[in-house]
Amino acid sequence: MKHTISVLVENQAGVLARIAGLFARRGFNIDSLAVGVTDDERVSRITIVADGDDYTLEQIEKQLNKLIDVIKVKTLQSDSVVSRELVLIKVGCTSKQRAEIMSIVEIANGKISDISQNTMTIELSDSKENLRNYEELLRPYGIKEIVRTGTIALQKGDATVKV
Amino acid sequence: MSTTRMTVAKAMTECLKAEGIATVFGYPGAAICPFYDELLNTDIRHVLVRHEVNGGHAASGYARMTGKPAVAIATSGPGALNLITAIATAYMDSIPMVLITGQVNTEQIGRDVFQEADITGSAEPFVKHSYLLKDPKDTARVFKEAFYIAGSGRRGPVLIDIPFDVQKAEIDFEYPEAADIRSYRPSSLGNGQQIKRAINALTEAKKPLICAGGGLFTGNGAELMRKFSEITDIPVVSTMMGLGAMPTDSPRYYGMLGMHGCKSANYAVNHCDTLVLLGARVGDRAISAMKPREDFTVIHIDIDPAEIGKNLAVHIPIVGDITLVLSQLLEAVKEPMVHAEWKAELDEMRGESPIILAKDGYINPKQFMKILDEALPDDSVVVADVGQNQIWAAANITFHSGRFLTSGGMGTMGYSVPAALGAKSATPDREVIAICGDGSFQMQMMELATALQHDINIKIVVMRNNYLGMVRELQERGYNNRLTAVSLDGSPCFTKIAEAYGIESVLVDSPEKAKDAVERMIKSERPFLIEVAVEDLEKTIL
Repeated sequence: MKHTISVLVENQAGVLARIAGLFARRGFNIDSLAVGVTDDERVSRITIVADGDDYTLEQIEKQLNKLIDVIKVKTLQSDSVVSRELVLIKVGCTSKQRAEIMSIVEIANGKISDISQNTMTIELSDSKENLRNYEELLRPYGIKEIVRTGTIALQKGDATVKV
Repeated sequence: MSTTRMTVAKAMTECLKAEGIATVFGYPGAAICPFYDELLNTDIRHVLVRHEVNGGHAASGYARMTGKPAVAIATSGPGALNLITAIATAYMDSIPMVLITGQVNTEQIGRDVFQEADITGSAEPFVKHSYLLKDPKDTARVFKEAFYIAGSGRRGPVLIDIPFDVQKAEIDFEYPEAADIRSYRPSSLGNGQQIKRAINALTEAKKPLICAGGGLFTGNGAELMRKFSEITDIPVVSTMMGLGAMPTDSPRYYGMLGMHGCKSANYAVNHCDTLVLLGARVGDRAISAMKPREDFTVIHIDIDPAEIGKNLAVHIPIVGDITLVLSQLLEAVKEPMVHAEWKAELDEMRGESPIILAKDGYINPKQFMKILDEALPDDSVVVADVGQNQIWAAANITFHSGRFLTSGGMGTMGYSVPAALGAKSATPDREVIAICGDGSFQMQMMELATALQHDINIKIVVMRNNYLGMVRELQERGYNNRLTAVSLDGSPCFTKIAEAYGIESVLVDSPEKAKDAVERMIKSERPFLIEVAVEDLEKTIL
């Protein structure tokens, strides 16, 4: 089962290595990982999507909490969470196909970030599932390159994960 | 206190003084020289070990006797890397240590210069925390935090890596009163509700059992556990790390459990209806003789929440400092309990197999251990190595106020002599005996020089059977007796080795000689070595 874990850490050198090392040596699987500073520049938020049963999740939380640099660990409730990935997709595109692709991008609430004679680079941000759909829609045009970030997520409503 | 201008190297020694460090164990090298130079200006005793790993093990032995973080020092690169096995050994057994390593100049880090190694990276899986001290201004804070982290919560090793140029930098130094780490607040009191639940469960239990672990020593809770067992009349078994927490001769003590444990202890674990794990992490070797069962209640008391439920399903978890939790439990016990029937059932399982006398020219190891045990002062510290010698010692040495030190979790060969050096340095008035095999002794015999040079009068027993006996037993049983790479042919005469160092020694090959030699060893005010002739194919199952 997939779990989205929000981890607040001290924004210091070596923290990411410690967390990555912990997952590797304890045999926890990471699906995706995203790191960025929070509104407090001394604190970073790491969003980890991990795979595992309840026992594994409990161990992940406890072992993360043991790291001195880790301030807070919270597994987000999957049914009350806003989660997003950002993806950049470069597709092959003749001048005739432009309108077609643009209509897909419009439906997907995306942006054309770059355009050239033969390509278009599309920027999309959405849930993992929706992005997979859009990717399939764009595939027939020829995906030349794709890059995506890890999932970032916040709880819905008033709930927060704060220091 | 106001700030004083000084070099980081001097500040490092000031930090050690402020932490009450009287003895350090180490091995110098270029990258740690500024600190060593300042060390000379202090009263701190430096014990020069003959290999860095042994500095780490010595610090471990020292820390286990004082209960406070002990210090080992090494230089950059190979010196630091040699410490890693000792760091991992301490980490597995939750021993508080602060390791100080030199590092190459800050601007050279990452360029693969001479004697450069990423020690904070390499040691990461085995440290409670580590610092690469790049900003000289952080010196005081980092040292304060390191000692606080190592010596609180679940104890463990903390590494401070300090580049050469940082050691030479000047700072305004002031040692802080306390460490303030917002992300580190070790738990103290146990949850009141859980304490109530535990006492209720124990009151209803017909066959309760306490499993005493090493946490009773690191958490200083052995006395309270003895009291709790007395008031509740609950029988006690021990892990190897917990040996000595309960007096061996107590009518409520049923021995060490596990793969190499005794019948009564393993029977108790398999037949109790309520099991109280006290500072025990339920290691695989400890519960290997335990049948999978769901028909009992497990109460797990530990300072580290991550240990609870890791290896065994737990019904009543209590996270907290073991001394505080035991005090809470003692307070919550309303009236004394009686478990006469359950103890009678366990008493049936007691009993030892008789000693089969060894053939001429040898002595049965169990017999030797009993002779040694008889002669040892009550508060002696026995440091066992790893292998057959460890099992023979664990099964036959008795404890009342004495201690048993060994590398429990990591099973690190070569632990006993350096750890004994550390233990003896911490408690010079107690008899400290290292027990090792001929395999493990050859991993550490260079430390005889350390004992002599620094007048650390440890006693050493080498159980010699010319085999890596534990592995040989494994090959006998698991590999159809195809013995490979376990013969120790070519080993020297250990009494001659001792003689070469100027250490008095005796070869023991009969029970009579054993009695005499042990007596001489204990009377001796100098380091002393006994080589015990054990039959080649002697087993741990006695």
